[in-house]
Amino acid sequence: MSDQLSAGVGGAPALTAGAAPPRTRTGNRRSRRSLLVPYLLLVLPVGLVCVSLGYPMVKQFIMSFQEFGLAQQFGRPPEWIGLKNYTTVLTDSYFWVVVARSVAFCAVSAVLTMVVGVALAVLLQQLSVVPRVLLQVALVLAWAMPPLAALTVYTWLVEPRYGLVNWILTSVGFEQFRAYSWLAGSQWTFFAIAALTVIWTSVPLVTLSSYAALNQVDDAILEAAQLDGAGGWTRLRTVVLPIIQPVILLLFMLEIIWDLKVFTQIKVLQSSAGNNEATNLLGTYVYETGIGGGNYGVASALATVMLLLVLVLTFRYMRTLMKQGDL
Amino acid sequence: MATTTATSGTAGGTTKGTGGLFDTTRSPRNRHRKVWNVVAIVLAALWAFPIYWMINSSLMPADRLRSTPPLLAPIHPSTHAFGQIFHDALFWRSLGFSAAVTSLAVAVSLLSAVLGAVALSRFAFLGRRAVLVAVLVVQMIPAEALFISQYRMLDGWGLLGTVPGLSLLYVGLIVPFTVWMLKGFVDGVPVELEEAAMMDGCSRFGAFFRVTVPLLGPGLVATGVFGFLVAWNEFTLAFVVLASGDRLTLPVWLRTFSSNLQETDWAGVMAGSTLVAVPVLVVFILVQNTMAKGMVAGAVKG
Repeated sequence: MSDQLSAGVGGAPALTAGAAPPRTRTGNRRSRRSLLVPYLLLVLPVGLVCVSLGYPMVKQFIMSFQEFGLAQQFGRPPEWIGLKNYTTVLTDSYFWVVVARSVAFCAVSAVLTMVVGVALAVLLQQLSVVPRVLLQVALVLAWAMPPLAALTVYTWLVEPRYGLVNWILTSVGFEQFRAYSWLAGSQWTFFAIAALTVIWTSVPLVTLSSYAALNQVDDAILEAAQLDGAGGWTRLRTVVLPIIQPVILLLFMLEIIWDLKVFTQIKVLQSSAGNNEATNLLGTYVYETGIGGGNYGVASALATVMLLLVLVLTFRYMRTLMKQGDL
Repeated sequence: MATTTATSGTAGGTTKGTGGLFDTTRSPRNRHRKVWNVVAIVLAALWAFPIYWMINSSLMPADRLRSTPPLLAPIHPSTHAFGQIFHDALFWRSLGFSAAVTSLAVAVSLLSAVLGAVALSRFAFLGRRAVLVAVLVVQMIPAEALFISQYRMLDGWGLLGTVPGLSLLYVGLIVPFTVWMLKGFVDGVPVELEEAAMMDGCSRFGAFFRVTVPLLGPGLVATGVFGFLVAWNEFTLAFVVLASGDRLTLPVWLRTFSSNLQETDWAGVMAGSTLVAVPVLVVFILVQNTMAKGMVAGAVKG
């Protein structure tokens, strides 16, 4: 009973007394105590997130205003240098190339993911049982694949000499693909493969969530629309999509966030590509500057700018979502 | 959004036959169903193909992998690649490390998520809205933009390359989303049930644990599995935090596996990938309906 709960807030022993169920029946004391309960319940989750994300974020923000390089790594106290890290970052033309590339990559991947994902959800509704289950299972498998295992397979599929893709292309007559390196050959094929792996993994979440939402649309509304003469497409556009819009918006927002900060895919594919400068996105650039180059101050400024970029790009969706989500 | 009450639908329903978007009895679209079925089967095959190819390649004798044309099915399957991995001490150590990090992260996250979800679902309190917004906003922080100071934080606390250190970072990734997800499930249990139990003499907490918690079963499973997936599959933080030393999670182990060799041993890497992926695939298939339901519940209900 209450013991389980007290154990839960064990991280804050001084507070557990308040979490015990009120024994007294005097209404006044009881209500005053239960006023505290939600806060006590939140101690553990909020505390952990603060330690794991909040504290590093504050530290990083502070570090972005400091000279923090290799010397500081070996114990020299960091020096305050104001906005110098930011001017270093923002005046570097390569930074803007990386930003443009990241935004473009994010836009293409997120939009394609949403379009394909929702289209597949609508398709799922049209199917007989067996094909529907097959498609669902295939999507679920792709969703659950550990990203690194998936990336290894994709690298193998496009391997220049023995990969399946080049073999298929050369056997249907595209001789230029004999031993062609998709990852090292050009930026465009590199990003095409990267986007493909991103889309392949993220479509399932979009499809299955939208499908779940679609199934909650009240049939009566659809029938009414049909009686009014609306065809399937019109019903989809004017009735169904607006109803599931909160789900779609949330998913789109998540996709934007995920695709903007994409790290694993780029990092892993880069090791087969060689040319990091031509293929860096924000995530790998921050990594290269910080952990790779030991330039923590500049990397922190970079990361802060990246965070702001995410906020700017998703602000509108956040606001809509909050209004609709009835927070 | 009254029409989208999350708890009542047959989310992800494999049982649902007709209805929904297009009325299957009257709509002319019905005639196209056969076409859509074929399209769906082709798409399913395409989507699952990389996974098939991974397993196929892992069962190939190494010399067969370099044959043209590539063999589309393992005619003389060989478990040589798997055997080699099973004799690799680093694999077992990484498996143990992965299992430890994942279980600790999931256990702590699950406990936190239940507490947080109950607070947000069952209580009206000052700052509730702020916490809900924070739950959403926290998920927008690109974890990839934080790894530098997370690395330095763990370094400062002597937790670099340890189970608690990496688990702590994973809890930060898992908790915001699972609180959100579980809140949807708690919302779905009518508070009247608890009130009835309280009438019968249960305390508020007794009522919660006796009435609501048992009904949260599917939600807890879904939440736990979500946490398992995040922790088991995560690569970035593990890669950064475990960069030195030989304590690796399985995804990081997969990395060293291929880069240590001059010529990549593709059969080996594919076998390794299969070993990392299969437990996840099995667990996931079992619970995906509940998970999708949870996500929608969280998204639709404030």
